[in-house]
Amino acid sequence: MTSPTDLLVRGGRIIDPANGVEGTLDVLVRDGRIAAVAAELAANAPVFDATGLVVAPGFVDLHTHLREPGFEHKETIASGTIAAARGGYTTVCAMANTDPTMDSAAVVAQVLERARGASARVLPVGAITKGRRGKELAEMEALRAAGVVAYSDDGEGIADAGVARRAFDYAAALDLPISEHCEDLAIAGAGQERGVMHEGAVSARLGLSGQPAAAEIAMLDRDIHLAELTGAQLHFAHVSTAASCAAVATAKEHGLRISAEVTPHHLFLTDAAVAGETTNGLDPNSYDTNAKVAPPLRPAAHAAACVDALATGVLDAVATDHAPHALPDKQCEFQHAAYGISGLETAFGVLGTLVSERKLTLATVIERLTIGPVRAWRLDRETHRGLGTLAEGAPGDLAIIDPACRWVVNPDRFASLGKNTPLTGRTLTGRVVATVLGGRLVFDARAEEAPA
Amino acid sequence: MITQPQTEAPVSPVPAGDPTGQQVSWRHRHLLDVDALDTAEIERLLQSTAAMEEVLQRRVARTPALRGITVVTLFYEASTRTRASFELAGKILGADVINLSAKGSSVEKGESLIDTVRTIGAIGADIVVMRHPQAGAPYLAARHSTARIINAGDGTHAHPTQALLDAYTLQKALGDLQDKRICIVGDIKHSRVARSNLWTLTRLGATVTLVAPQSLLPPGLNQNHPLGLPAVRIDDDLDRALEDADAVIALRLQRERAAGVQVPSLREYARRYQITRERLGLARENAPVLHPGPLNEGVEISPDVARGLQSEIERQVQHGVAVRMAVLYLLARGGA
Repeated sequence: MTSPTDLLVRGGRIIDPANGVEGTLDVLVRDGRIAAVAAELAANAPVFDATGLVVAPGFVDLHTHLREPGFEHKETIASGTIAAARGGYTTVCAMANTDPTMDSAAVVAQVLERARGASARVLPVGAITKGRRGKELAEMEALRAAGVVAYSDDGEGIADAGVARRAFDYAAALDLPISEHCEDLAIAGAGQERGVMHEGAVSARLGLSGQPAAAEIAMLDRDIHLAELTGAQLHFAHVSTAASCAAVATAKEHGLRISAEVTPHHLFLTDAAVAGETTNGLDPNSYDTNAKVAPPLRPAAHAAACVDALATGVLDAVATDHAPHALPDKQCEFQHAAYGISGLETAFGVLGTLVSERKLTLATVIERLTIGPVRAWRLDRETHRGLGTLAEGAPGDLAIIDPACRWVVNPDRFASLGKNTPLTGRTLTGRVVATVLGGRLVFDARAEEAPA
Repeated sequence: MITQPQTEAPVSPVPAGDPTGQQVSWRHRHLLDVDALDTAEIERLLQSTAAMEEVLQRRVARTPALRGITVVTLFYEASTRTRASFELAGKILGADVINLSAKGSSVEKGESLIDTVRTIGAIGADIVVMRHPQAGAPYLAARHSTARIINAGDGTHAHPTQALLDAYTLQKALGDLQDKRICIVGDIKHSRVARSNLWTLTRLGATVTLVAPQSLLPPGLNQNHPLGLPAVRIDDDLDRALEDADAVIALRLQRERAAGVQVPSLREYARRYQITRERLGLARENAPVLHPGPLNEGVEISPDVARGLQSEIERQVQHGVAVRMAVLYLLARGGA
């Protein structure tokens, strides 16, 4: 008898960075868990022919905005996890800026309930402070008991250094990481004055208020000192500047428990995207609100520094910061537009393009999408033992990839309700062909594209 | 779009003194900023302006060149001179001009900019003259509008017709602007006029010096970035910058916003950056002084300079009508 959670993936090129495995092998998933990785496996199980494709552990996203509860017009747990599956992601960490905020066990329980049977594993992130207002600590122990894997007020940094210090102290004892959004609003500008893009040549041209790299670094440096003081496990969300990468590298050399992520868009795009990549005078396509994101897209030197830091392991993970929005949230004046990019379904294409440009290797990219994030947050505890690897007994999660496939981004084809991407019309190299979650095929492009 | 040198003879598209209402060649649908115009196009626009000035000097300043054209002015921000100037320009050319303001319209009921411009297009407007407090709003409008869009000022981004009338005024005062040294003094950071001036003046060959404390300059100047503003000189010392300057453009300091924030006080600002008669003596003889208005006399400019012989401020306002006639004409009859 074969169960629906059995699958034999045959003939693919296996890349399992955690175990140093790379070669043409078969993968057998039994009862939703990895049973064997070996040559010429035979088993009584449905077969997926992966000849010519790369087979990796399912991707793990440390930074996903699923928007539910409260913003179901932007995304739902159902639509967001289908988008995840289409992007090769089998585990997504759902951020706390829902409505109500994920600052109580009840909201966490509600999210986990809705995530049952979803197309990806949803690991909730609890808020650090009540309502993410940066004042009073949320009940962090209750959140942990309810199942959160980290704490974050993402969307906002903790402006008050005293509150940050107490949060770090408290989280240190709870042994879960804090994921910090670094943006010093005294420098970036608060409220109406908040810089809506990177401050530099392009913002000067466009007459938009900018925020300098210093707005990120100021808070990041503060937090490194507080991490040293408190012993907290600190994670930096969406690092976007060269100086941030350097500071993280130094902190790691000093042995602090620090990790960091970078988004595909900060690796790949620059602030020129806001101007619509025009070369001769601004045109009606300038002021592209789909390129409005926090932290802002930066000049090429910052993006290059982030690529280098990802290659060397200073940055532990690629995280999407998938931030879906409804059309009216973006189709408005730049100043009024919402921040964020819908990223789950383009992440691997962007990274694969960087591989095709020889800026990163495929093995590095897969490491930073799998075991990198898992180790950063120690997600492989208890029931998730082996997550991000193809070790025997690990969750039977696979991303099956065609690294050479060239495709054109068309958000109309996204499963995500958020069509907001500045990549529309771009040709990317590298595509997820199929995704397996606990032995079940949750995405199969070949089946989708087969004639009816 | 690819910039190509204009091959046709550099004559005015409008026969002197007699705009005909016939089709002329103009490749731009909208006027969003001057940066989209090449040097030849800027010069052509200024030549059309001269022709329009002749119309203005007639005993009865009226011509039916834009008969049947509907111009809507859509202002989300208060304005006296720009709006009146566009309205008059349209009426002199025989267009129907409708004035809409955000106050008392469906905008107050929460209508989006896109819906508003679509509605205005649907009622048959040919040209929308738009002022908006947010940079880039006219670009959004242009994406969604059937009508042509003229940017009459968007946030701290651009004010192309002001820059064109400044260039016209400077040309009349100085002749060719090639290699002329022009100082722009004051709050460059928040000035849409300064940004548009940079494009126009540098394309006409002038050397521009921005004079301001760093707190009033936009960060990111002179980075040689392909999407940056044109290269400029920067000086925080007005006396030094004024030496041998051919012209001075003083900008309005937003008193309520700047004092105690971007500059320590209005008094300190005036001491360092006010255009006074004494300072003006450092510049070339008879150097023209421009100001886009409205003036803060005694802050960025002294009253005697504002009303003195070198002041072009009133002529700027007069030229504004002619420039806007030329812009309306080229867009309406340009066929793009």
